[in-house]
Amino acid sequence: MTQTHRLTDGGRIDRDRPIDFFFNGRRYSGYEGDTLASALLANGVMLVGRSFKYHRPRGITSAGTEEQNALVQLERGARTISNMLATRVPLYEGLDAASVNCWPSHNFDFMAVNSLFHRILPAGFYYKTFMWPVSAWKYYEHIIRRAAGLGRSPMEPDADTYDKMNAHADLVVVGGGPAGLTAARSAAIHGARVILVDEQTELGGQLLNERFDINGHPATDWVADIEAELMAMPNVTILKHTTAFGYYDHGFIGFLQNRSNNVAFGEDGRSRQRMWRVRAKNVLLATGSLERPLIYSDNDRPGCMLAGAVRAYVNRYGVTPGNRHVIFTNNDDAYRSALDVKAAGGDVACIVDLRTKPKGELVTQAIEAGIDVIEGSVITAVIGGKRVRAVEIMKLNEDGTGVTGTVQTITCDIVGSSGGWNPVVHLHSHSGGKNVWRDEDGVFVPGDTLQSEQVCGAAAGSFSLQAALNEGDFAGIDFASKLGLPTKKPGAVPKTSSDVAEEPWKLLWYIPTTKPAGQRGKHFIDQQNDVTVTDVQLAAREGYRSVEHAKRYTTLGMATDQGKTGNIPGHAILSAALGQTIPETGTTTFRPPYSPVTMGAIAGRYVGDFFDPVRRTPMHDCHEKAGCLWEDVGQWRRPWYYPADGESMQDTVNRECLAVRNHVGMLDATTLGKIDIQGPDAAEFLNRIYTNAWLKLAPGKCRYGLMLGEDGMIMDDGVTSCLGENHYLMTTTSGGAPRVMAWLEEWLQTEWPDLKVYLTSVTEQFATLQLAGPNARALLSEFTKDIDLDNDAFPFMSWKSGTVADIPARIYRISFTGELSYEINVPASAGLSLWTDIMIAGEKFGIEPFGTETMHVLRAEKGFIIVGQETDGTTAPGDLGMDWIVSKKKPDFIGKRSMSRPDMLRDDRKQLVGLLTSDPSEVLPEGGQIVAETQPKPPMTMIGHVTSSYYSAALEHSIALALVKGGRARMGDTVYVPIDGKTVSCEVVEPIFYDKEGNRIND
Amino acid sequence: MIDTYRLRSPLAHLGLDARARAEADISGTGVIISERPQAGLINIRGDVSDARFVTAIEKSIKLSPPTVPNTVVGKPSTTRLMWLAPDEWMVITRPSGAERALKALQKNLKIADLHSSVTDTTEARTCIRVSGPRAREVISKGCSIDLHPSAFGPGQCAQTVVSRVGVMLAQTANSKTHQPTYELYPLRSFATYLWNWLEDASAEYGVKVE
Repeated sequence: MTQTHRLTDGGRIDRDRPIDFFFNGRRYSGYEGDTLASALLANGVMLVGRSFKYHRPRGITSAGTEEQNALVQLERGARTISNMLATRVPLYEGLDAASVNCWPSHNFDFMAVNSLFHRILPAGFYYKTFMWPVSAWKYYEHIIRRAAGLGRSPMEPDADTYDKMNAHADLVVVGGGPAGLTAARSAAIHGARVILVDEQTELGGQLLNERFDINGHPATDWVADIEAELMAMPNVTILKHTTAFGYYDHGFIGFLQNRSNNVAFGEDGRSRQRMWRVRAKNVLLATGSLERPLIYSDNDRPGCMLAGAVRAYVNRYGVTPGNRHVIFTNNDDAYRSALDVKAAGGDVACIVDLRTKPKGELVTQAIEAGIDVIEGSVITAVIGGKRVRAVEIMKLNEDGTGVTGTVQTITCDIVGSSGGWNPVVHLHSHSGGKNVWRDEDGVFVPGDTLQSEQVCGAAAGSFSLQAALNEGDFAGIDFASKLGLPTKKPGAVPKTSSDVAEEPWKLLWYIPTTKPAGQRGKHFIDQQNDVTVTDVQLAAREGYRSVEHAKRYTTLGMATDQGKTGNIPGHAILSAALGQTIPETGTTTFRPPYSPVTMGAIAGRYVGDFFDPVRRTPMHDCHEKAGCLWEDVGQWRRPWYYPADGESMQDTVNRECLAVRNHVGMLDATTLGKIDIQGPDAAEFLNRIYTNAWLKLAPGKCRYGLMLGEDGMIMDDGVTSCLGENHYLMTTTSGGAPRVMAWLEEWLQTEWPDLKVYLTSVTEQFATLQLAGPNARALLSEFTKDIDLDNDAFPFMSWKSGTVADIPARIYRISFTGELSYEINVPASAGLSLWTDIMIAGEKFGIEPFGTETMHVLRAEKGFIIVGQETDGTTAPGDLGMDWIVSKKKPDFIGKRSMSRPDMLRDDRKQLVGLLTSDPSEVLPEGGQIVAETQPKPPMTMIGHVTSSYYSAALEHSIALALVKGGRARMGDTVYVPIDGKTVSCEVVEPIFYDKEGNRIND
Repeated sequence: MIDTYRLRSPLAHLGLDARARAEADISGTGVIISERPQAGLINIRGDVSDARFVTAIEKSIKLSPPTVPNTVVGKPSTTRLMWLAPDEWMVITRPSGAERALKALQKNLKIADLHSSVTDTTEARTCIRVSGPRAREVISKGCSIDLHPSAFGPGQCAQTVVSRVGVMLAQTANSKTHQPTYELYPLRSFATYLWNWLEDASAEYGVKVE
């Protein structure tokens, strides 16, 4: 297909580099430098999709980020991206795009039938219709969601990678137009570290769309020169094709960078997009302005676009959007569009100016160029469905409320309208700054800033090119002096001769027709969400006086474009309907992101293997070789169990349990938290942290401790050993280690700064190998010559230092399994070799490595609790029958006061008990709810829940621990656990099942 | 001393030595990474306003504890002393120097008879060294502090997070290339995750193991 609308020369495209692409399955051709939108227009394609609610045909409305209609589904399969703006997709070879929100095709859309029923689809239609009965919403929702919605999400995992970059700058300049460029340059030549960011693929901003000159040359030449100058400066970073999407507190700004010109595909080895997290000492917003349309009847017909877009396509892309153009304006600037079309050889039917007798310089130029200027008039109708065919024009009455005279019909296929320009104040709004209404031209301009921020150029409401150049240059120097950089003689500010005297805009938010609003065509305010003037007026009539409420009710400005074009006219029309001024109505606050940010960029590389750090113990490789399955404990990866080939989990755990009970087993206990505590007040510190007494623990001895929160609830537990005078080693649970360390430091630093205690985490200093089982002593004795393992010399709850396999070691005789047990601590680097040696030497003793599951079974057989399993933050020591560890004599310890609260003294608190199922092979599910009496069906009164439940190979019986209301008084009772279609009966027993006398542990 | 055959660094399982031999030509490489295990790491806590504390440390390792936050004193080729907190420092020694420094510090601080602590954490961390022309960019992908030479130069250090892993970060200057060399000291359990992340983050610039 030929590029029917392509000019023979001009524009920033490379005609030597044609590019083939596909749109809705058809093949087209464009050029390097095109966007998808400009290439479509070059091929005469105007109809690009259907609207959100009424499924009306829609065409391209803009040439930039404010695009409302030209949303496309880009690419297919894993790389498909929904709602890409055709105006922001640089053309690349093989690009494959399709319209969104139409079925079966954009040309014939079944849902367009909605358009016929528009009278029953007013604002709030869904709220009003589908809310009764409330319970039925779940049925309606599926149908409504299918009918609405834009685009499709990919079903496959993302095929690209994304990453992040942190950066710091003295000055971040957002926007690479005239103001941003001069600001970046003048700050950078003073030595400031500058990051210049622009969302377009080229610097220049609006200059790319215009025929302006700077310093006597085309403005784009000046852009190229200044870009080269900035590139040569080591203190300047230029990020193109990068959107500053959010401006947060303390100069924190988020950028989304497209790292590939081909936006759907990452280039080999590089991320497709990069999220920049930038901390800026100062920020300059030179974000320019976005044109706003005039709101006339049927202003959504394909061919209706912004006036500025018309000349952007002509000047930048060498495309005349149509065969015959009408410009409809309230200002002088739009005359440039007519002049530029004409200069490029295009056909301008006329300029419709709603002002009477305009006489600005550009008006004169237009008349001199032979363009028909129809003053004091408005477009009252657009003729044509899938494409504009003509417009009807009538005289506007004096007060702008109606039209008079005869209808003039003008044949055309493009209407470029301009209602003036809105400063892009979004980022200023993000930063906490307020925006101020400027009555003379009806724009919100940035008000006071809360951060070290300035706004200049069009973003500040300074719409002339010279003003932008001046303000940018000045702001750059200003920031440099604020940074305390040595003053340099600034070069001359660039000069333009393109500025001409312009007359004021005439504000007319609603363009009347011969009938009241809604009765002759539709006046769309927000085309992306299909919000019309009558919707806003209805909202006002129905009492939505707050702009925030009206916005949500009508969905004005809530689509992916976030009301970039529609918000201001929308608020103006709401204000008119409410009979108040626009500042009285207020504007909605702009919130990040400025334009959509992909979830991939937010996740960055933190997906898959990088999702969260995996902590490996020194013996990790041994476990892996032994074929263990892993359990994640916090970030640690611990061996769960070690199945032999084809062995089931239960069989494996049974085998491992019996090995420990009958022979010897070895567990990797490295992950237990270890905190080295030193200082003259260390014992006093422990005494306050733990519930039991610590002042008299002798060197060489170990003691179990329970740690409570201020609420008296169990927080952590572990064994602490006295290493020497004023020197202790605390162990914590694996998952709780960082929390406990922070907790201890908080008490030391904020409550007890008088205590002389230093804490150092030494968790990772040691590899910890736990030997457990009756053969542990015999096995260990093969490895140590200098430690007497005899039961009298080295009893339970003591520790000794010496060597194991000639490695310096501390051995703690403590036990979580109920067996004779030694925890061998060696320097971490030596852990793996020692583990290997012990496994080999242990063969003759029947050694088996065991994992966390077996550890859990063994400790449950003994009734030892696990914090976080038997406790849930509402569990006090008494609930677990652990009053024995709570000192009655100590003056104070953390949690003591809470223990005497009435609620803690109730005798129907949930208490720890054991459960034995009547069927010994029935293993209760953990979390199972316990009832005293069963009912045929729920609800039943729940009296507790199962906290731990296993099959005990040693007892040949299932065992469970449970928290049951008043549990200790229920010993011997039968309780029930109803589970999926059956009810398991259990006897309440003491929460200890094995070796109740504790002989094995002390043996 | 433990027999060296028994010692295995946290990243030994990645076979880095073999890779380093295979990737000996590092010219034109954007990023060069290596594991430098077994540096001595001795944690000291104490009151720097107490002259006895300072003297005991000086006597032990010939360095005074820096009081300027996030600075390091001493030479990488011998012993360094890194500021960690107003009352906390890390002595970094060469592998062979750890034991002597530890003993000296324990002895001298005991003699000084004041509230202080000396804790050997040599085994708790490893050192990953990142250098090459793109080293700063790679680390900046996962680290939010300002690593620009004007803000973080040789002799400076920080306790920060690199790609979700807490590290002690120090910069040393490469006297030949004048490019920064970064030392990352993660806890050993995190080292594999951090290393893999660094390799991934470096891939686009070309990465080799030294």
